[in-house]
Amino acid sequence: MLDFTQQLISGVALGCVYGLIALGFVLIYKATEVVNFAQGEIMMLGAFMSVTFITTLGLNYWLSFLLCVIAMAILGAIMERLVLRPILGYPQFSIVMATIGLGLVIRALVGIIWGTDDLRIETPFTDGVFKIGALVIAWDALSIIVATILLCAALYAFFRFTRVGIAMQATSQNMLAAYYMGIPVKRMFSLIWSLSAMVACAAGILLAPITLIHANLGFLGIKAFPAAVLGGFGSIPGAVAGGITIGIVESLSGFYLPEGFKDVAAYVVLLAVLLWKPQGLFGLNAVKKV
Amino acid sequence: MAHHVRTDYGDSDPLFPSKAAVFWYAVLIAGLIAAPYLLESYYLSQLVFIMIYAIVGVALNILSGQAGQVSIGHAAFLAIGAYFTAVAQKYGLPLVLYLPLAGVFTGIAGYLVGLPALRLHGIYLAIATLAFAFIVEEIIARWESVTNGNEGLMLPPPSLFGLKLGTEGFYYLCLLVTVLVVLAAINIIRSSTGRSFMALRDSETAARSMGIDTARYKTTAFALSAGITGIAGALYAHKMSFISPEMFSLSVSIDFVMIIIIGGLVSLRGAVFGAIFMIMADPLLIILKDQLPLWADMVTHGLYLPDSVNQAVQAGVSRVVNAPGLKSLIFGIIIIVFIIYEPLGLDGRWQRVKAYFKQFPLARQRSARPPRMFLKSERR
Repeated sequence: MLDFTQQLISGVALGCVYGLIALGFVLIYKATEVVNFAQGEIMMLGAFMSVTFITTLGLNYWLSFLLCVIAMAILGAIMERLVLRPILGYPQFSIVMATIGLGLVIRALVGIIWGTDDLRIETPFTDGVFKIGALVIAWDALSIIVATILLCAALYAFFRFTRVGIAMQATSQNMLAAYYMGIPVKRMFSLIWSLSAMVACAAGILLAPITLIHANLGFLGIKAFPAAVLGGFGSIPGAVAGGITIGIVESLSGFYLPEGFKDVAAYVVLLAVLLWKPQGLFGLNAVKKV
Repeated sequence: MAHHVRTDYGDSDPLFPSKAAVFWYAVLIAGLIAAPYLLESYYLSQLVFIMIYAIVGVALNILSGQAGQVSIGHAAFLAIGAYFTAVAQKYGLPLVLYLPLAGVFTGIAGYLVGLPALRLHGIYLAIATLAFAFIVEEIIARWESVTNGNEGLMLPPPSLFGLKLGTEGFYYLCLLVTVLVVLAAINIIRSSTGRSFMALRDSETAARSMGIDTARYKTTAFALSAGITGIAGALYAHKMSFISPEMFSLSVSIDFVMIIIIGGLVSLRGAVFGAIFMIMADPLLIILKDQLPLWADMVTHGLYLPDSVNQAVQAGVSRVVNAPGLKSLIFGIIIIVFIIYEPLGLDGRWQRVKAYFKQFPLARQRSARPPRMFLKSERR
């Protein structure tokens, strides 16, 4: 039972990271109907930047966190402007390929700039543990869970109470109508990319203490797809719930099932969900009319 | 300007657009038949790879270009075809039997993948094929009694009717299979099946209201595409003579999609152009790696920059050139540039060059510009 709880908690922590990456997918998909295959690579870029700020420049963890998030926000908007804006309205297939290309470029640049060695950062949470009876929870796992809750609350407040957030909601519900209402839709797209890059960056920095920072970290982004699909690809709480589900499934299957299942468990769940409920567990059932 | 006088319904969609095309295709085939006597073995081997990639390109063109279904997991079908070949050869099946059977077997796998596709579209489908590819890769790595796991399988050289096929023999086999696959694909596209694929691509709802059984044609498209890829997988296994799970990873699937993106989705010719591009990119990259430091040196010396700048430039260039990710950096940039500036691919460019010469003094930039695309929502 103790093992089970222990696995459950590490699963939830990992799942929160999947959830945050999936959140990035969902934000972009909801607003622009683009699925960003480079989300994992953007997260990786955030993690590598934190290495530069914390280890190389020796800055404070919290300050570095802030600087990374700001830098990624700018980079996210630049990516949207350079790669996605010119192909607005192209077939979805082309846009997906463009984001895959973007991901390849980011991964290669990270390899060229930071090298291919495993890196690690010192955080205030390193080595700390939290004990409840015999149960041991590492601080870094806890920090991910707490940060995810805080981020979700912040995003909820942003979309609910700010003008920009409401404009973004309008854009995602009906682009054309939003445009007629005077909402600068294209600028909203840039902002959404910024926001999504910020979330991905936060996920990357939170994840860094658990897994080392290396050039293949971006593949976690592909694991976040099942999370987003599970959540219906259009729902923000769904993405986080999907992420946590995938994290728990992966963690438990790694512990109880033979070796090899851990890596594919997420995809098996994904295919099962797609067969059973094609719109995801939290998705809206919408068929486009001609 | 050429005029087309049509006297028959068949004229509206002929196998060859004109008599000149028949002539030039005959020249191409003759050149390819003569190739083993003219080219060195390295170029012959590159040609074989181009043909294998072209077959995959044709398969993806049928699925994505004609039927409008997305797949980012085609490496899995290549793997299934390749492993089927390896196992069939081990049990002593002849090549004439296992080559088509590899296609049929992979086609059945494709049909099964097509089943979830009935209820999915767009991005969900892409992700489902991605998940399928990961699962296949993992199964191959773990099912050691059949696939020998991560250690991989060796294949003996192929033999046809008891004769061992040498390099040249295998080249001719690939040529024959490629020509047959392309002819089959053209005829599928010209048939009512191909028309149904196009209707499916342009609007699923409209296709259904025209009485097209969309479910049937979606699975057909998947089965056909997978089957053709399976045949390519059989040839690939023989060409490499060793197969292991990591040869069929996600990056291979992305390479395959690049074939049709770079070549152009509109016609089968694009698949061949894309295959040529993808295969020739590797030797070009090697040349680039050798030449770039020399060019940088020439530039810095030509500008009479101080030695310290010169050294810094050299260090920077060698760092970029020797970086492990250089290939993916260039490929990533190529994908983005092609999608933004050449959405119709190399084939689209080819068509425009041809049109320019056909209407020689009258051709204008503007007449060749593709129509502007507007945002279409998949939602209500």
